Amino acid sequence: MTLWKLKISSLFNRLQSQADLLLISILRILATITGAIVLFIVFFLILEAIPVLQDEGIVPFFTDSSWNPAEGLYNLTPMLLGTLFVTLGSVLIATPLGILSAVFCQYYAPAKIAYFYRRLIELLAGIPSVVYGFWGLVVLVPLINSINPPGTSLLAGIIILTIMILPTIALIADASFAKIPEEYLIGAASLGLSQWGTIVGVVFPAAKSGLFTGVILETGRAIGETMAVLMVCGNVVQIPRSIFDPMRALTANIALEMAYALGNHRSALFVSGLGLMGMIIILVVASEIINEQ
Amino acid sequence: MTLSKGDFDDPGDLDQIFLDLVEIENNQMSNPQTTNNKQQITNNQQQITNNKQPTTKIQTEKLSLYYRAKPAFEDVTMSIATGCITALVGPSGCGKSSFLSCLNRLKDLMPHARVEGSIKLGDLEVLDPKLDVIALRRRVGMIFQKPNPFPLSIWKNIAFPLREHGIKNREEIDSIVETTLQDVGLWDEVKDRLKDSALALSGGQQQRLCIARALALQPEALLMDEPCSALDPISSSIVEDLILSLREKYTVLIVTHNLAQAKRIADYVALFWFQSGSGKLIEFGSGKQVFESPQHSLTEAYINGIRG
Repeated sequence: MTLWKLKISSLFNRLQSQADLLLISILRILATITGAIVLFIVFFLILEAIPVLQDEGIVPFFTDSSWNPAEGLYNLTPMLLGTLFVTLGSVLIATPLGILSAVFCQYYAPAKIAYFYRRLIELLAGIPSVVYGFWGLVVLVPLINSINPPGTSLLAGIIILTIMILPTIALIADASFAKIPEEYLIGAASLGLSQWGTIVGVVFPAAKSGLFTGVILETGRAIGETMAVLMVCGNVVQIPRSIFDPMRALTANIALEMAYALGNHRSALFVSGLGLMGMIIILVVASEIINEQ
Repeated sequence: MTLSKGDFDDPGDLDQIFLDLVEIENNQMSNPQTTNNKQQITNNQQQITNNKQPTTKIQTEKLSLYYRAKPAFEDVTMSIATGCITALVGPSGCGKSSFLSCLNRLKDLMPHARVEGSIKLGDLEVLDPKLDVIALRRRVGMIFQKPNPFPLSIWKNIAFPLREHGIKNREEIDSIVETTLQDVGLWDEVKDRLKDSALALSGGQQQRLCIARALALQPEALLMDEPCSALDPISSSIVEDLILSLREKYTVLIVTHNLAQAKRIADYVALFWFQSGSGKLIEFGSGKQVFESPQHSLTEAYINGIRG
């Protein structure tokens, strides 16, 4: 009797372990495909970038007199700086705004308003970028034009990007505040600390790694954003001298010229793609290091 | 021991079972160790009664707390003596911790909590809605069951609340950090790593740091909500000694489920009990009186039911 039971249970165990093995191999295949896609894209980028790098080397991309691929001039610096300025500007504005909006949501807003506010921010995250770009073109650009023409400018790009990346940092900050153990807050209250003192002295240090992750993710989004930036920045290849000057971002450069680029011109666009990829890789590595600490 | 049903307003089945158990325990009570313990306690209490008559630090008058319509405890009138240790004992869910959280207005953090009655801290009406809660909480510190140091350095855990309360001078802060850490016996253990995270300390060290953090603000009273129950026995006895050393300098109110601990440290004991749908204060007196000649039959049952 017991022997039977043993036999049945061992058979069942074996069947189960076979089912596990099948599941494991399916998961392995899926994971391999996902990982391979990323590697293939990088590989492809490098492959396509090689012709121009072989012909010209890396230095001309920073030292040529201008960006004029038809004449063999490949200076990417204005676009590189354009991307840098527009990203830096929007991150600098969106980070405090997003964090403070999360503080409001978590610690000051009545529950119903906080709930409504969160849904609103989530909605903001879901709006397609072309809609932002369209709104920027129709509302923002004419407004800036009335202050300081032409309107399509670095400033317009910064404002649009700020609005676009705000939900990222706001939602991540909100989530990391929500994870803070209640004991900290009760402990702070029982020491007679003010609400704001508690937020600055206890909540921010406790949520530090979450906030850093938020900043890195929003930066990634700002670097990669193409459509809205292309629509409102004017796309003149130049290093902007003021926030009212038009400029061109790396992403916009690829989107604008890909359709007709041939030969080394096409290859040069892949070099800028490789540059963008490099920036994102640096950000991902940075976020990993911060999270491990 | 004679107990009749008439002794209770609301004799539940659980109470009855509990009392039956007590009877069994009582039959085993006459072992020499217990008598010995009792002797010690008597000596302990003797010392206290030798001191001059203490004044009242906190006086509650018909204090009740409700969560929505549900009462946590009702009609608690108690005077808490200056410089003494008052232990609140009783089964879980009879409002002891809720009572503590009224005294420093921490119950303000709980939505739907409503308090009735009066709490006087000296001349100050604690329940006054216009009261400066921050100033009150500086005067009445609180320690929790689970040690809750902030995720900051050891030094900053003490320094940051001081700064918030307007002490900005670095030298003054340094000296307060050193003296309070010495007061809680932590200085020698941590003086070389004040910049390390407080979360790296052991549970007992964390709890002492929390006490140091509260003492740094020089409160008049300390509320302790089961400060030893999350600690191992050795840490627990260190913290208990620390609490004893606070007597006279501070007014201490301690919630404890450890009756032996209450016997060892408390000058006064208050027994809370769940009765007629809410927590009630059913007995309050000196430790000697409550443990040796309890007035209420439930007190007698409770203190004898759990062997010291």
